[in-house]
Amino acid sequence: MTAYLTLSMLLFSIGAVGVLIRRNAIVVFMCVELMLNATNLAFVSFARQHGNLDGQVAAFFVMVVAAAEVVIGLAIIVSIYRTRRSASVDEANLLKA
Amino acid sequence: MTAFWILAPVMLVAALGLIFARKAVHSALCLAVVMICLAMLYAAQDAPFLFVVQIIVYTGAIMMLFLFVLMLVGVETSDSVVETIKGQRAAAAVVGVLFAGVLATAVAQAVSTAVVGLGKFDEHGNVYHLAELLFGPYIVAFQFTAALMIVAVLGAMVLAHREILVAAPTQQELQAKRMRDYAEFGRHPGNAPTPGVFALHNAVDTPALLPDGTPVAESVAASLRARQQDEVRDTHEVADVVAEIEAADIEPTATEGQEDA
Repeated sequence: MTAYLTLSMLLFSIGAVGVLIRRNAIVVFMCVELMLNATNLAFVSFARQHGNLDGQVAAFFVMVVAAAEVVIGLAIIVSIYRTRRSASVDEANLLKA
Repeated sequence: MTAFWILAPVMLVAALGLIFARKAVHSALCLAVVMICLAMLYAAQDAPFLFVVQIIVYTGAIMMLFLFVLMLVGVETSDSVVETIKGQRAAAAVVGVLFAGVLATAVAQAVSTAVVGLGKFDEHGNVYHLAELLFGPYIVAFQFTAALMIVAVLGAMVLAHREILVAAPTQQELQAKRMRDYAEFGRHPGNAPTPGVFALHNAVDTPALLPDGTPVAESVAASLRARQQDEVRDTHEVADVVAEIEAADIEPTATEGQEDA
């Protein structure tokens, strides 16, 4: 059980580092997905540990929210790309003082 | 646990590949590997429903969406290596290691009870009991996800929608413009020759040649020209042939007759 949780935490940390270091908005987004998946693994592991299906229901809801989030996020990336011809997070700095 | 020890290294390597791959497509493939391995771990942990949903929704739908957008935005856009904030990468690495360390310590120090397992739900199966929970205590949350889905669909439509500001030109206007171009700039009003005309190759990236051997750049599709993938392969060969003909001093009568026609 500890092994599953450790794996989940490592994946979450890798995803967090990816969000911090990558410039391409799509890759940043994929790293966020990796973090969501890591939490899902923890949910499923806890469900098995406690003999309780609530964890699996939570993982299911995370998946639903992730799907909605991906749709909106990718639509935002496409519209940014359409106006600025770039998918880099550094380019979208028009609001910077 | 065998499945875990086989899959965990694969997942970690793929996750590292996700953040270190230079090209976004490689990152996407690494993420797909992580997600499939994760699905197998779900199957190993008595979650057959989530196993299927993970494959269908994540690897099937979400990864396809990512790849579609990658193709839309341009597969070849690779990350810039320039750091906009000085020392950001080193700082991010330090933060990541510290974060992983804190989480690992927390997991190691947590009081872990014996694994109960999900054996008691075997009678009706995992899906039955999940449905009982979803349509029982979690029914309100479930209905909110329905609203969330509709909002997401509408949001995507609004964000990806493009207003048509200028009406598309009609056939008649295009025709008038073509004749005006001919009158003002002398641009030929007819069709451009197709790629490969008079050239020694008939590939789409080979420009057509005029009778004197000069390539017609417009005969190659604009997108290929923009990417500089059109190549003039055989002008020197044409020059060779012209030199050959001139050397042989062929009677010009036949060609003259063709020019008149």
